[in-house]
Amino acid sequence: MIEIENVHKSFGALEVLKGINLTVDKGEVVSVIGGSGSGKSTLLTCINGLEPIDSGRILVDGTEVHAKTTDLNLLRRKIGIVFQQFNAFPHLTVLENVTLAPRKVKGMSRRDAEEIAVQQLSHVGLADKLKVYPNRLSGGQQQRMAIARALAMSPDYMLFDEVTSALDPQLVGEVLDTLKMLADDGMTMICVTHEMSFARDVSNRVAFFHKGVMAEIGPPEQIFGDAQHEETRNFLSSVR
Amino acid sequence: MFDYTFQWRQAFRALPQMLDGALVTMQIAVLSMVIGITIAVLLAVARNSGSKWLQWPAMAWVEVARNTPALFQIYMAHFGLGSFGIYLSPFVALLAGITFNNAGYLCETFRGALRAIPGTQVRAGRSLGMGQAKAFRLIVMPQMFRIAFLPTTNQMVWAILMTSLGVTVGMSTDLTGVTQDLNARTFRTFELFALAAVLYYCIAKAVMFAARLVAWRLFRY
Amino acid sequence: MFETSLSFNDILFLIRGAGVTLSITILAVVGGTLLGLLFGVLRSHVSPWLTLPLVFVLDIFRSVPLLIQLILANAFQAIAGLQLSPFVTSCVVLALYTSAYCTEIVRGAIDAVPVVTRRAARSLGLSWGQDMTQIVFPMALRVALPSWIGLTLGVMKDSALVLWLGIIELLRASQILVTRLQEPMFILLITGAIYFALSFPIARLGGRLEKRWQEND
Repeated sequence: MIEIENVHKSFGALEVLKGINLTVDKGEVVSVIGGSGSGKSTLLTCINGLEPIDSGRILVDGTEVHAKTTDLNLLRRKIGIVFQQFNAFPHLTVLENVTLAPRKVKGMSRRDAEEIAVQQLSHVGLADKLKVYPNRLSGGQQQRMAIARALAMSPDYMLFDEVTSALDPQLVGEVLDTLKMLADDGMTMICVTHEMSFARDVSNRVAFFHKGVMAEIGPPEQIFGDAQHEETRNFLSSVR
Repeated sequence: MFDYTFQWRQAFRALPQMLDGALVTMQIAVLSMVIGITIAVLLAVARNSGSKWLQWPAMAWVEVARNTPALFQIYMAHFGLGSFGIYLSPFVALLAGITFNNAGYLCETFRGALRAIPGTQVRAGRSLGMGQAKAFRLIVMPQMFRIAFLPTTNQMVWAILMTSLGVTVGMSTDLTGVTQDLNARTFRTFELFALAAVLYYCIAKAVMFAARLVAWRLFRY
Repeated sequence: MFETSLSFNDILFLIRGAGVTLSITILAVVGGTLLGLLFGVLRSHVSPWLTLPLVFVLDIFRSVPLLIQLILANAFQAIAGLQLSPFVTSCVVLALYTSAYCTEIVRGAIDAVPVVTRRAARSLGLSWGQDMTQIVFPMALRVALPSWIGLTLGVMKDSALVLWLGIIELLRASQILVTRLQEPMFILLITGAIYFALSFPIARLGGRLEKRWQEND
């Protein structure tokens, strides 16, 4: 379970998160939508401790992320994250990209790590690209590799930060299909996304962020059919 | 105009000795590069660290290495340390001088390479549970060495050329030292040093060629 | 207290040595730059096959230790009976050495001027000469100047090697003092400080120019 309690976060004078409260249960898929600069991406990097927070707290399975005593490297093993930029490691093959962390962080043997990697890469449809370097892959393939790389650490939670935003339109579908598959497998996910149809069809709940505040949250039918806030309706009509 | 008979045969007879000298030259150059690269990485990390106590000494090293002659640096190791009762042999003084020089120049090369690696790479590594040091070693360093490979190769050639300066502090076993020794006995200055020049040229070209092979094997991406 | 037998006259001796270092550097850089300009323009305008011998010869200057070049040149002028002083020999060798590096800088800078820009200039009716002086050189200068400053400083540092031919430049002057006064570290530190003072400000200027011009691009 991820519990976010009254989290505030500023970059200099700019307050990007103004008291966020959100609880995500095991097996739940929460989509976060909202305009750019609404703080939704920052929230994800706070959850895995890449960004410090100013006040409030975030608990992952009861462990406080920003407590001084928390071993972040250990905690991050159970929180996978995939970014907008694919962040493939260019000097490693697809297989090596995926086996790196299991081997060097978890201390797995090469054989065990490769077994898991092949399994995950097949899952995202890259079984035939094992020995290829990332620069030979399309953006969609690189992004699917990044997903397999995160999954190879067998995380309990997956965070997706606008994973389709840097992709050519015709490549968006393949990555969204991978996310859907994950959701069907019961993965707990928080997806910051601009893909409204994905948010509607896949998530259990949809949260709408506006200017650092979570203006509204509810099941997709409510947000897309019967939004309570004017800001939500404005946003949705602008992206349609 | 030429009131002089060239005696190439005499020079060629010295070839085996000079090839032995070339081996010593390569030894010094390779050693100075291995140690120099190691120090350069540490200097680059120190210069990019937040701490003033690390930044300052690293910056001083780099600026002195780049703004004084290599020969001066060798003199410092050989003569200068004498003031403190430390007397380095020509070999060690030469090695120390060239290493100091290599480290200074390579530090700047590596820093340039580091700037070319996006910060998101480290972020991705950290997200997978790597500590700062592990992310640097596994993700940043390999990419840094690739970007810096060509300038590093050039520095290697420089190191080879710099070994010739050893003769000024009494080095007599490297290629220039051996040549100078033979010269003192036979006075065939032009022939002997012409042969040495050819050898240096071949070594420099061989190193460039080898580097290209290594790059081709190593950097498949 | 720190005591030294270094006298005012000794300092003057060092400064005179620095003067020799500077004059050799200036002569070599002026000569080397003129040659480098000529060779560089040739390299970027004449077919690579025709300039191959030139490239080969210049490459030798960059692949053979400067010290060996000086020794060879000195031996050669003696053999040929040219009766050149070590100073002149040193200047000639350093000028050729400089020209080898300068050629690459000039060629690189000219090649960095976009072909379309030059085509545009020629389309406006500019002659080859006008194109070179009005368009290419001003643009190439920005690319070349930082590297050229680096080269000049490099030549100044490398000029220390002429001490092998018996010229009393800065480093040799310090060595003479060291032998006489037996205070190696102190005298070498002063010598290093002089080199540093000559080199560092100009190196900084070059670095700043490079940064500023890159930002404008």
